[in-house]
Amino acid sequence: MTTASKRPAWQEPPTPVGLAAKGLVLTAIVAVVTVPLYVVVLTSLSPAEAVNRAGGLVTVPDGISFAAYQELFAGGVVTRSVLVSLGVTLTGTALSLAVTILAAYGLSRPGSLLHRPLLFLILLTFLFGPGIIPSYLLVSSLGLIDSYWSLILPTAINAFNLVVMRAFFMGIPGEVSDSARIDGANDWQILTRIVLPMSKGVTAVVGLFYAVGYWNAFFNAILYLNDNTMWPLQLILRQYVQQGQTLSVGSLADPSQTSALPPNLAIQMAIVVVALVPVVLVYPLVQRHFTKGVVIGAVKG
Amino acid sequence: MTERVAAPPAVRADGAPPGGRGPRRPPPSRRDRRRARRDGAAPRPPLRARLARDWQLLLMTVPAIGLLAVFHYVPTLGNVIAFQDYSPFDGFLGSPFIGFDNFYWLFTDVSFWQAVRNTLAITGFQLLFFFPVPILLAILLDSVMSPRLRLFVQSVVYLPHFFSWVLVITLFQQILGGAGLISQTLRQNGYEGVDLMTNPDAFLLLVTGQMIWKDAGWGTIIFLAALAAINPNLYEAAAVDGAGRWRRIWHITLPGLRPVIVLLLILRLGDALNVGFEQFFLQRDAVGREVAEVLDTFVYWRTLVTGEWSYGAAAGLVKGVVGLVLILVANKVAHRLGEQGIYRRS
Repeated sequence: MTTASKRPAWQEPPTPVGLAAKGLVLTAIVAVVTVPLYVVVLTSLSPAEAVNRAGGLVTVPDGISFAAYQELFAGGVVTRSVLVSLGVTLTGTALSLAVTILAAYGLSRPGSLLHRPLLFLILLTFLFGPGIIPSYLLVSSLGLIDSYWSLILPTAINAFNLVVMRAFFMGIPGEVSDSARIDGANDWQILTRIVLPMSKGVTAVVGLFYAVGYWNAFFNAILYLNDNTMWPLQLILRQYVQQGQTLSVGSLADPSQTSALPPNLAIQMAIVVVALVPVVLVYPLVQRHFTKGVVIGAVKG
Repeated sequence: MTERVAAPPAVRADGAPPGGRGPRRPPPSRRDRRRARRDGAAPRPPLRARLARDWQLLLMTVPAIGLLAVFHYVPTLGNVIAFQDYSPFDGFLGSPFIGFDNFYWLFTDVSFWQAVRNTLAITGFQLLFFFPVPILLAILLDSVMSPRLRLFVQSVVYLPHFFSWVLVITLFQQILGGAGLISQTLRQNGYEGVDLMTNPDAFLLLVTGQMIWKDAGWGTIIFLAALAAINPNLYEAAAVDGAGRWRRIWHITLPGLRPVIVLLLILRLGDALNVGFEQFFLQRDAVGREVAEVLDTFVYWRTLVTGEWSYGAAAGLVKGVVGLVLILVANKVAHRLGEQGIYRRS
């Protein structure tokens, strides 16, 4: 067994009971996260008869059908909202990353001109949020109501991500940039040719944080988008799945309608899956960098 | 995990709290040493030379500072409407100032205090039942010998952190709601269905359960890093002295985690008024505002729904100022206890 060889000599061998208990707890933890996802994905892929036969969510595979997805992507509300969310996420992440990288590098050399006051301005945003109402009034007076920029600009820069990035840049040995400067490189060249190629991991993590933030954004859209043809996916999810579900919960109170199921459960679950998939796809690519990013941010924020 | 936390001292000194005015006693050496190094090595060059040297760096910070100025500092100033009888037609300049009237009404408003009570109840409940979970989970994960298995479990438990609240609540509804999986199974076996999503009495349990499901795994990261930093010789010495598994956890693991635990605890206390907006906004209608109205949702509903701009801004300002004071106090306490004061979102 490979595991036994890793155990230091002084440590007592695990007891069978202890191992079994630990295995059970770990299995339970993994199941609590994965079972809901499994049920949702399975239901979204089940044909209508299977949903009816199961009397709701499908737990045992019973035929497969992509009908729900075909319907979702045949054009219409969900298709549009996915495009909106993708557009906002891609544009926003690109903008946020660019602004964050520039500022993080610009503030990565203590002793440079205005370094301390500028850093202070950024750190101060941790301490005091402007509040919902003044922010709304500002966005409104800038004419950004019912504009996609209202989903991007107010959250474009996150001080936490900036601090993580800056801490990483400061960890790069000064000799690297010094030698480049002697060779005649300016700061822009040092950043793009030397520092950035060394910072792929932290860029990936910060990029993921921003992208997930934009993809999941809900509150800004509720505040700033009155026109529901502009809604991103999360609002569609709420309207058609969460609130649709609340309606059927209400009908449960009426005994005559107890058996009434939401007719399009597979479609509802397919919307959930669509909201889920981009996150699950990108996640493994950056997962191994998490610890570094988070711990750097926590220690130095 | 073999991740190392490389922390050049200068960085921490720079991230020093802006709130701490005046001479700070501990730690005396670090900042002085840095300053001495900077001043001693080369006397500060004249402004023009520094500008010539650093103008590119300065230019790089312009977009970020500009965005923060417009979308953070301008609205912060916009809080003046809390002292006005603001109307959108008259604007900031035209609306009459009415002093502290909004605050007077706010502090005599029963529903405001209800929101404060709910917020504090949720924070308290989370401190008791959410806060220890990542610690225990981290100790459990750390005890898993096989790196592969550990990485697998870590990947699984980190994942929900990246789901939106809409998604998390939808998933909970599908499992625990009136038409959810549990009710469905119960009914098919001849029992009554249960609906845990609309029960006001179980709301604290429900939201804490959602918090745990979403963020407990993610919360282990910082504890796992602290665990990896504990000197393994300590465990060996304890084992040689006859300490068993549990005694080693009690006498070595937990003391090793103590600084991180104390720090996060203090920071959570400083953040007591922040419980998040979306989780409660999304469930407010289902369980009723008697239990689900928190300060943020109070501000939202009172203003954007009824149009009482100044009143909502006053409530938001009270929350912001109290939050600021709490964080500064928490940070002071952290310094007193000899911990690094840190400013991070929790």
